[in-house]
Amino acid sequence: MSAGFNTLLYKELLRFWKVAFQTVLAPVITALLYLLIFSHVLSSHVQVYPGVSYTQFLVPGLVMMSVLQNAFANSSSSLIQSKITGNIVFVLLPPLSYAEFFLAYLAAAMVRGLVVGLGVLLVTLWFAPLRVDHPLWLVSFALLSSGVLGGLGIVAGVWAEKFDQLAAFQNFLIMPLTFLSGVFYSIHSLPPFWHEVSQWNPVFYMIDGFRYGFFGAADVAPEKSLLVAAGCFMAISGLTLALLKRGYKLRH
Amino acid sequence: MNAALAVRGLVKRYPALTALQGVDLEVQEGEFFGLLGPNGAGKTTLISILAGLTRASAGRAAVMGYDVQSQYREARRRLGVVPQELVYDPFFTVRETLRIQSGYFGLKHNDDWLNEVMHHLDLLPHAEKNMRALSGGMKRRVLVAQALVHKPPVIILDEPTAGVDVSLRQALWKFVQSLNRQGHTIVLTTHYLEEAEALCGRIAMLKNGRIVALDSTRNLLARADERCATLNLRGDVAAAGIAGLTAHGEGAWRFRFERYEELEALLARLREQRVTVEDLQLARADLEDVFNRIIATT
Ligand SMILES: Nc1ncnc2c1ncn2[C@@H]1O[C@H](COP(=O)(O)OP(=O)(O)O)[C@@H](O)[C@H]1O
Ligand SMILES: [Mg+2]
Repeated sequence: MSAGFNTLLYKELLRFWKVAFQTVLAPVITALLYLLIFSHVLSSHVQVYPGVSYTQFLVPGLVMMSVLQNAFANSSSSLIQSKITGNIVFVLLPPLSYAEFFLAYLAAAMVRGLVVGLGVLLVTLWFAPLRVDHPLWLVSFALLSSGVLGGLGIVAGVWAEKFDQLAAFQNFLIMPLTFLSGVFYSIHSLPPFWHEVSQWNPVFYMIDGFRYGFFGAADVAPEKSLLVAAGCFMAISGLTLALLKRGYKLRH
Repeated sequence: MNAALAVRGLVKRYPALTALQGVDLEVQEGEFFGLLGPNGAGKTTLISILAGLTRASAGRAAVMGYDVQSQYREARRRLGVVPQELVYDPFFTVRETLRIQSGYFGLKHNDDWLNEVMHHLDLLPHAEKNMRALSGGMKRRVLVAQALVHKPPVIILDEPTAGVDVSLRQALWKFVQSLNRQGHTIVLTTHYLEEAEALCGRIAMLKNGRIVALDSTRNLLARADERCATLNLRGDVAAAGIAGLTAHGEGAWRFRFERYEELEALLARLREQRVTVEDLQLARADLEDVFNRIIATT
């Protein structure tokens, strides 16, 4: 990787770190509120896995949801802001390759997602004991999933021409995918129709596999989940690289 | 020797219109070149293709001999572009902006040069200010500085003085002229024709995506064989009904002519009609006249 790549990555990291109050602290607090409300309402009614309290069960789902939403938010909002204000030219004029462009935005999005996820995990330590049975699985799912949503954020940011188009992408795709994915429940507790629908949602596998890393128990086999997450990552990366190579909407 | 810029048969089609309809152009190393044309002529489109911001529909473009498409890394390293739009990144200070821009070009320890550029553009007192806090003129200076971080041999300025105050315009031109003397090739688009006249050695005029004139500034001015007299008149000029006089403000009139006999005839006619000439000024046509004439007749 060239020095140009390093600078673009540094710039993207600095961009969210300078406003960490909104980009890191705010999502951590949101996740904390979910934890307080849901565990309070449901903890006496639901037990998904033996020996795992509902609050404990909830933690990986909330962490992963934060990772996903923030990875997406980082690349998509950075790109759309640059496009709308016009300062995208500053990264289009230098001799950066489309692969460097992709990797810098992707890596920054992953870092933002993982930093927020780690923040959520840390604050939940006050409410539920941490248990990590398979750290490697856990880390693999965190990396792949932040990569998928970071890549999707690049696609959305490149495609959208206005903020409301990006908001539509977020409201009609990202939010349903993350909420209908077993963050708050095991999909086995769903009615058959929604159970079926959830199985077509890749985010379900990311959360399920991630949860396996914590408790050594999951709704589906972790190998299958890993395959889905890795497949999604490769598909999104391929799509993003193809779009960037063509200059889609950036060098029209 | 390679030309600083070489453009061959360049076409850019948008769904609704063709912005460039086959442009051929060469700018040699060390030139101070003017790209003129009315709004919508295609100047920015041409610059965008050279900079790799837009892809041509047909034709080729090269910077210092490097194709802007297939050898984009080499081409972009040699080109600095000051965009027409006043854009900036509100997250950063002036110094951060310039350091980051250097980094994109792979330059790590560039502070000496950045300080020098900031000095020439009077930016040093503002170096630690956030971009948001700067006035429009200051932001424009930062855009110029950003285009220069990698000391590009070819510098293109797309209407850099639009909406900029007189003192900045003069400071900017002094700096750009000194860069030109040091060997940088300069290409400039501007709406201020007197600027182009004073600065550019050669000029291309673009209209509807076509080059309609391409010549040295001196030759273009020589085409302006038309002269212009401004007269202050007393008397009922309108009633006198004299052909060729056009009103030019309070009591002032303009008369365009090619041969001095025409002016003599005018003065005789005015005397006949008992109109008194209070003042008379003669001027050669300037680039603006040439420009307007070429644009109107093509
Ligand atoms: N992205 C675009 N899509 C469609 N038309 C465009 C686009 N960019 C420029 N044009 C059109 O191309 C023509 C040339 O524009 P431009 O190069 O900006 O002219 P100039 O810089 O000489 O004023 C104009 O008619 C403009 O409306
Ligand atoms: Mg323009």
